[in-house]
Amino acid sequence: MNSTGYTNGKLAGSVDWMDQRLGLARIGRKIMDKIFPDHWSFMLGEIALYSFIVLVITGVFLTLYYVPSSQQIIYHGSYLPLRGRRVSEAYASTVNLSLNVRGGLLMRQMHHWAADVFTAAIVIHLCRIFFTGAFRRPRELNWIVGIILLILAISNGFTGYSLPDDLISGTGLRIMFSIILSIPVIGTYLGFFIFGGNFPGKLIIPRLYIIHVFIIPIIIAGLLGMHLGLLIYHKHTQFSGKGRREQNVVGSPLWPTFVAKTTGLFLMTFAFIAALGAFIQINPIWQFGPYQPYKISYAVQPDWYMGWLDGAMRIMPSWEWTGFGHTWPLEVFIPAVALPGLTFTLLFAWPFLEAHFGKDKAEHHLLDRPRDKPLRTAIGAGALSFYVVLFGASATDVLANFFQTSLNLVLWSFRITVVIVPIAIAFLTYKICKELTETPYSGQRKRAVVMVRSPQGGYNAYRADPHPDTKAGQVAEPVPIEPESTQA
Amino acid sequence: MDTKENGENINAVSKAGNLSAGNNSHNLANHTCEGCGRSDLAEQERRRLRALEVVAQLSVIGALLCFIGVGVTYWVGGQNQFLGGFLAAGLALLGIGVIVIGKYFMPQGPFVEQRHEISSTVQQKQLFEEALVERGGSAFKRRKFLGVLMGASATMFGITFAFPWIRSLGPLPGKTLFQTWWRPGSRVVTVHGRPVKVDDLEVGGILTVFPEGHAGSSMSQTILIRAASLPITTRKGRETWSPHGYLGFSKICTHAGCPVGLYEEQSQQLLCPCHQSIFDVLDGAVPVFGPAPRPLPQLPLGVDEEGYLRARSDFLEPVGPGFWERTTA
Repeated sequence: MNSTGYTNGKLAGSVDWMDQRLGLARIGRKIMDKIFPDHWSFMLGEIALYSFIVLVITGVFLTLYYVPSSQQIIYHGSYLPLRGRRVSEAYASTVNLSLNVRGGLLMRQMHHWAADVFTAAIVIHLCRIFFTGAFRRPRELNWIVGIILLILAISNGFTGYSLPDDLISGTGLRIMFSIILSIPVIGTYLGFFIFGGNFPGKLIIPRLYIIHVFIIPIIIAGLLGMHLGLLIYHKHTQFSGKGRREQNVVGSPLWPTFVAKTTGLFLMTFAFIAALGAFIQINPIWQFGPYQPYKISYAVQPDWYMGWLDGAMRIMPSWEWTGFGHTWPLEVFIPAVALPGLTFTLLFAWPFLEAHFGKDKAEHHLLDRPRDKPLRTAIGAGALSFYVVLFGASATDVLANFFQTSLNLVLWSFRITVVIVPIAIAFLTYKICKELTETPYSGQRKRAVVMVRSPQGGYNAYRADPHPDTKAGQVAEPVPIEPESTQA
Repeated sequence: MDTKENGENINAVSKAGNLSAGNNSHNLANHTCEGCGRSDLAEQERRRLRALEVVAQLSVIGALLCFIGVGVTYWVGGQNQFLGGFLAAGLALLGIGVIVIGKYFMPQGPFVEQRHEISSTVQQKQLFEEALVERGGSAFKRRKFLGVLMGASATMFGITFAFPWIRSLGPLPGKTLFQTWWRPGSRVVTVHGRPVKVDDLEVGGILTVFPEGHAGSSMSQTILIRAASLPITTRKGRETWSPHGYLGFSKICTHAGCPVGLYEEQSQQLLCPCHQSIFDVLDGAVPVFGPAPRPLPQLPLGVDEEGYLRARSDFLEPVGPGFWERTTA
């Protein structure tokens, strides 16, 4: 040990310099001791985080080639079917970065896939938090931050999807303009201010660009920091089990075990997205053609996270209402504005609604098993099935073609199932939860029954020891890293 | 104080370190294995760890080769599947290596950490309140008028500075959504600006057309259908709108504004591919299916003496989806 206090010479040199300026050793040790519970469902949020990192890495590359301009030019690039066509600079630059820039197509496809994985991971992570009650006090604020992140992820998915200015994304923008127009009182003005005039205009592409590459990513990054900061401050939740109590956290320490595992997960997420970008074509805009307001393509679906809105718009009855001297385009407003508005309002409000009506305002660090909260689980499952049905409804035309049946039949099937299925699922879930909680030993690993024949010829049966992987049977008492130190 | 903390922590490190090996063998010892001794178990465990180490080594070597493959693929042209395939395989193999190390060669615990109290103590709350209200607020308490003035000027700043952020973003809608470029006598032209003559379309043919001088205009796009060879009366009062069986309808769907691009001649229906609204052409493009609330507005057409199709006027109602001011025109 030398004067710096380190026995290792290298640490004495580099770390001590930092320590004299930041107190690195004290903070570092505290951080390295942070405990992460070992449960697969805790990786969902990490997958979202790592998809975001892939999004940033690939996205920055795309900005080096993409031109955010609606200026119409004649295409002279290498893709022969488009030669001589009038296209926007945005479209031409996207085709160029896909087909002429080495590695560009991989970057673009990885970026698009990463966005889909990002939103999917967030939604599944949200489900985990919801069904295990991890949103309860003291984590309501982090729940809200998480919902904002989901909204931002969807918004940035949509803005990014619109940037190439191809036939399909341009149609999506046209629908978005109509959705804004449907808002009572302010809709028309809002639409004109956002698009810089009547659709299509020349301003929306550059505006979407700055929103997509700067404004929303900055907010996402900031909120991610807040999300993780709160997570560290509150410490993790955990499932109950031997030695796990409300007052402690049991699992692996950040350094080195968790760092190794999570780095592995990052590499796997990256690898998965790279494989998707390599082998599964996504959004081949050179085949779709450039956007022209008078052109349209058939059997087009938006990215998956917009599917529920598209489906809702398809199955909504044509209830435009005229009254008080004004037009109320409810056939658009209800599915495309009121539905998402209500969805996210309920999501924001859920922790408070549950605390209020469930009369439970206590602090919780141990997670619920979904079955132990039948009502919450039933409502969650019913709501999920509602959105799944809406998602299915975004493919009415494809389904009608596939099953060789009429659009009318498909439409009415969805109108009926969207009401019946959530009720049925909620009811069934409630029943199953009740049944499970009332069945002893359900959900536990079975213990073998061993038959032994005695030398006298008699038979004895006894239950074997619990399987060593059974968490409840783990004999090892948790060993503290930090001895019970009472820090003020 | 500091030295005491350090001492405790060092102690804890060695505890954690020791536990790694101990815990792994402990797990294994839990298996009830009649007839095999403790030394066999230790030997088995050693072999297992050795095998895992080899797995990790092989994966990382594989990853290295794959990343070299990425470089080579890039060098020879960057073919997408090979480039991404090598990248994915390399990352996955490296990931396997890291995970094997993390899962089998690092302390697994379970370790425990105590939670801290989140809520403050009564005393802390009082100290907070004191600082906030007594120390900070008292300056304003005695100068209410100044406080009001400051609040007012800050609010005014907020409001006026927001003006450009709202009003400068775009022009006011005005009458933009109520009219198109169709004027009485506008010649009907294709997207390339070529005027359409009365014998250009066969019966059953369709064409997207625009008013002359505004080819490609989003608002004025019109679908021209030759539904018959003789005039068709789609509605009362529209007897003269369809010379030689030519019908013109706004191509903007009244639901969400997509171009109503699909025409089925047999059933004389127009279909919007976005949300599957269907319009009955012979009945004045009234919606017969789907979410569209209103018929597509019909363009009054006529033929001049040279045989060119011309509009008799603009559409008689606003085209496209509904909006708040639509009925107040």
